[in-house]
Amino acid sequence: MKLHIHTTINGEPAEFLCDGHETLLSALRNTLGLTGTKEGCSTGDCGACSILLDGRLVPACLVLAPEAQGRTITTIEGIAQHDVLHPLQKTFLENAALQCGICTPGFIIAAKALLDKKPKPTEDETRFWLAGNLCRCTGYDKIIRAVMEASV
Amino acid sequence: MVSIRYEAPQSVADAVRLLSAEQGAKVFAGGTDLLVQFKMGARQPTAFVDIKRIPELVGITITDRALRLGAATSAAVIGEHDELTRLWPGLAEAVHLIGSTQIQGRGTVGGNLCNASPAADTTCALIVNRAECVIAGPKGERTVPVETFCTAPGRTVLERGELLVAITIPRPAPRTADAYLRLIPRSEMDIAVAGAGVSVTLDANGVCTAARVAIGAVAPTALLVPDAAKALIGSKLDERALNAAAAAASAAASPIDDKRGTVAYRRTVAGVLTKRAAKIAAGRIR
Repeated sequence: MKLHIHTTINGEPAEFLCDGHETLLSALRNTLGLTGTKEGCSTGDCGACSILLDGRLVPACLVLAPEAQGRTITTIEGIAQHDVLHPLQKTFLENAALQCGICTPGFIIAAKALLDKKPKPTEDETRFWLAGNLCRCTGYDKIIRAVMEASV
Repeated sequence: MVSIRYEAPQSVADAVRLLSAEQGAKVFAGGTDLLVQFKMGARQPTAFVDIKRIPELVGITITDRALRLGAATSAAVIGEHDELTRLWPGLAEAVHLIGSTQIQGRGTVGGNLCNASPAADTTCALIVNRAECVIAGPKGERTVPVETFCTAPGRTVLERGELLVAITIPRPAPRTADAYLRLIPRSEMDIAVAGAGVSVTLDANGVCTAARVAIGAVAPTALLVPDAAKALIGSKLDERALNAAAAAASAAASPIDDKRGTVAYRRTVAGVLTKRAAKIAAGRIR
C-alpha cells in the first residue's frame, strides 16, 4: 500500500505517494520531477544527492521518502530567488567551477549549508566540509574558489 | 519487489511492540548503514521502524551528574553542542571523524554502536567515558556498560524486541579530560585502520589518579584495556609510563590483516595512538 506524504519542499506545500522503502531521492526525482538533485552512488558516499532536511545537510539517497512527512526540504530548485541566482550559483558560473555538472547541485547545497552556519569559513574548513562531495572533472580548486568567493 | 512497511512509532513502548511482534522489523535511525546494507541485498527487513519520532530517543541533556544522549541523536547535533564539546572533547572529535558532513547529518550515536563495526569511531570515546547503554525491551529496561554492548562484528547484546534508547555518561571528575585519535591513510572520508581513546584524571601535582584506555579496529570489538590504564595511573605521564601504556595497548590488540592494514602495523599503531591520545587528553586539563 502506498503512503501518502505531506511535506514542504522549497517553501511550498507538497504531497506525494511512496512505498515504505522508497528513498527520498527517488520520490524527488521520479515522482515530483525535481531532477536537479542527482543520483550518484546511492550509498551516501558521493554527495550528489545532497539536500537540506529541516535545514540539515543530508544525502537524499539515505533518507526514506516517508520520513519527509511534516518536514521541510530544500533542494537545488529552491536556491535561486525567482530569477535571481543564489550567490553560490553566480560564483560557480563565474569561476567555471563545473564541467559535466552532475556534482554541482550537491556542491551548491552543501556549500550553502556551510555558509548558512559559518558565513566566512577558512579554506581548510571549506575543504573538510565538502570532503563528502565528489567531483571527477574539476580537481576541486575552482569549486573551492567559488565557495570562498561567495563567502565574502 | 515486495513493499517494505515504514513505521514511525511515537513511543518506546510502541517501538518495542513492533520489534517484538515481527522478527524482520529493523530499527531505522540514520539509515547510513541499514539502507546501504538493504540496497546491497545484505539485509531484507519486513519493516523499517523509524525511531526518530520518539521524543526521548533524540536530543542531548546534560545535568550536574550526567550526559544523556538519545540513541537517535545525529553525529552533527552532538558535534555542534558546545557544553558537550567542552566536557568531552574526545567524544566530540570522534563524531567529527565519522563519514562526511552529510553522513554526520544522518548517522546517529546509537546507530554507530548498534552497527557494531570494530572500527566505529564513537565506541572508544564512549568506553573511556564510562558510558552505559539504556536498553528497552519486552521484559523492561536494562543497562549495560558500553564496553560489553558489542559482542562481535555486527553483533550486540540486543535481544529480539530490544531497542537502544539512550547512552548515559557520568559527568567527568574535576581535572579529567579525554581524547580520541584514529589513523587513516587519507585526510577524510575513511574507516579507521586503528583508533585509540584515552581519558585521564590528574591531581594538582600532575599525577594521574584515574585513567581509561580503549582501542578500536584492532579486535572483533572495541576493547577496554585496563593494563594500559594501570600503566598511566600513579605516573606523571612521563615517557616511561606512556611507553608502558602503548605496549599494553599493542599487547591487547588482536587485529586482522586486510586492505586497510596488516596485523603488525595495526598492533604498533594502536600503541602509538594510545600514547598520543594520552598526551592530548592530559594537555586538555587546566
